[in-house]
Amino acid sequence: MTHNPTPTRPRSRSKAGPGSRPRSGSPSELRPGTRSPDRTRSSGRIPLGRRLKRDRALLLMTVPALLLVLVFNYIPILGNVVAFQDYDPYISTNGVTAMLESPWVGLAQFERVFADPAFWAAVENTFVLFLLQLVLYFPVPIVLALLINSVLRPRLRALIQAVLYLPHFFSWVLVVTVFQQILGGAGIIAQTLRQHGHEGFDLMTDPEIFKFLVTAEGIWKDAGWGVIVFLAALAAVNQDLYEAAAMDGAGRWRRMWHVTLPALRPIIALLLVLRVGDALTVGFEQLLLQRDAVGPGAAEVLDTFVWWTGLRSQDFSYAAAAGLIKGVVGLVLVLSANKVAHLMGEQGVYRK
Amino acid sequence: MTTTTPGPGRTVLSTAAEPGRSRWAPPDRPVWEEPPTRAGLTAKGAVLGLACLAVLVPLWIVIVTSLSSKKTITEAGGLVIVPRDVTFIAYQELLSGGQVTRAALVSVGVTVAGTVFSMAVSILCAYGLSRPGSVGHRAILLTLMATMFFGAGLIPTYLLVQTLGLTDTYLALILPSAVSVFNILVLRGFFMGISPELIDSARIDGAGDLRILWQIVMPLSRAVIAVITLFYAVGYWSAWFNASIYLSDQNMMPLQNVLIQLVQKQEIPVGLGQAVKAGPLSGLAVQMAVMVLALLPVAVFSPFVQKHFKKGMLTGAVKG
Repeated sequence: MTHNPTPTRPRSRSKAGPGSRPRSGSPSELRPGTRSPDRTRSSGRIPLGRRLKRDRALLLMTVPALLLVLVFNYIPILGNVVAFQDYDPYISTNGVTAMLESPWVGLAQFERVFADPAFWAAVENTFVLFLLQLVLYFPVPIVLALLINSVLRPRLRALIQAVLYLPHFFSWVLVVTVFQQILGGAGIIAQTLRQHGHEGFDLMTDPEIFKFLVTAEGIWKDAGWGVIVFLAALAAVNQDLYEAAAMDGAGRWRRMWHVTLPALRPIIALLLVLRVGDALTVGFEQLLLQRDAVGPGAAEVLDTFVWWTGLRSQDFSYAAAAGLIKGVVGLVLVLSANKVAHLMGEQGVYRK
Repeated sequence: MTTTTPGPGRTVLSTAAEPGRSRWAPPDRPVWEEPPTRAGLTAKGAVLGLACLAVLVPLWIVIVTSLSSKKTITEAGGLVIVPRDVTFIAYQELLSGGQVTRAALVSVGVTVAGTVFSMAVSILCAYGLSRPGSVGHRAILLTLMATMFFGAGLIPTYLLVQTLGLTDTYLALILPSAVSVFNILVLRGFFMGISPELIDSARIDGAGDLRILWQIVMPLSRAVIAVITLFYAVGYWSAWFNASIYLSDQNMMPLQNVLIQLVQKQEIPVGLGQAVKAGPLSGLAVQMAVMVLALLPVAVFSPFVQKHFKKGMLTGAVKG
């Protein structure tokens, strides 16, 4: 082989481990265009030391983010040991040494959690809210996307989108407050009714209506935002399909059924799977804000249960145990959901 | 020669209007498409119109009530839909110092500082991971992505923040939530789409990575940077939970937390009690004005970034 100054492609990709999918993109040893000497050696392997030196700047750039993630996402995982203790924060000068000195109790905290009817009530509320959201909330963005997509006037379309995206950016405090001020017992509608001699009502504190109220708040806040993903999928549809279908005599509805919906099917399936993977998380902030008004009977879900038992009742070990149960079950759910997505031939949350 | 025909499912680029045609006018209908029926148009307009009204009417009520005088509100029985006399008295009272002014300043400060910090960390990290074949980028990526699948849990995180001595400091509102892995992935996806030839030629001209990022990659990524900046800023602006568990000093509370106190507990801001009881100030208008302060920045900035949402959301990953 002659000595040529142009970079050659390395022959071997790094060995793909089992389960890693071949990725499109550049070979994994060489960065195109690096000023690394010796790019002509067709062995393709650059010694690690030299690669480290070459990519020094890139590695340094990732350090701040990595540090933050390590400190605030990884180190606290170790803190879950308090779930196996009878943790007493006041036993020592700071939280960490207190962890070292607190007595170990094995699985006693978990037994307490599982024997606690309040915990099971929170589990039940979590599932009821999750199912309700799935049935009532999930289809809304899809319908809205189909409708917006059929609006052809560019300005009008942009205007509708701007309005519908807006609530997504409001804080939960604001959304709950708006609902309270409009629908609540001291809210505007109830007041006006009372002014005119009618019966007042209070949608915000009725435990029966509460789950529907929560779902309505969720739809008001995020359904418009959920439209984006579907609109993007619709934009990718090959327009010739519509013409071809029309030539074959398909009317408006047939075209929607046979062209538009199949285009949305993968993304709908994927989002459905992801939502199921995240089933145990049903609006922590939203429910916490309304917990006082409606009472824990209706508003207590797993996340708020952990908050209440831990940060309010100061029973740290007990709350950590409950949180750990939620975390582990949640992780299993997410991973299974991803597995299902991969089996369906979709990308999961991320390519693995 | 193919021209894309507008039809159902056609994306209408907002810039695709040819000169002489109003952007409010619909594009030409292709030959094969049926003309729209009146019933269809009506139904479509009704649903979309109702959806928009559902968003706008509550906001309208909130804004109009905050601008109404005590007299108007009393006469209307609370439900003000048509503004009769516009007065800024509620805003004057709230923003002339005191509890709400301080809270608003805290929120602005935390949002600006937090967003700048988060963006710097995220852009650096996203670029550091975006050059194919760099050493260890896959391991770092996995380390980051793993955090999307499990949280450490509320209690251990709380104990850690306490142990680090961050309680009762504003750092507790910034550091624990400073990095969003999802945002980093979106940025990275966008950076990876920039043509490698451009970056290579800069490298051959002797530019280092930092300079490439600053002078080539960032100017080319303005759209996605705008979107992610908005995401971070909205996150900081809307956050209230961390403040509620890490701050004990009422004077340090951000605006959202003050809003919780005022509306959930139906309190009147400190120092305004007299003006509400005997003066010209309506308690309801005060509450509504605090809400407007909380939603104003968001409502002002987000439409500007709107046209980039789709691009920004999809270069990263789809996450419901």
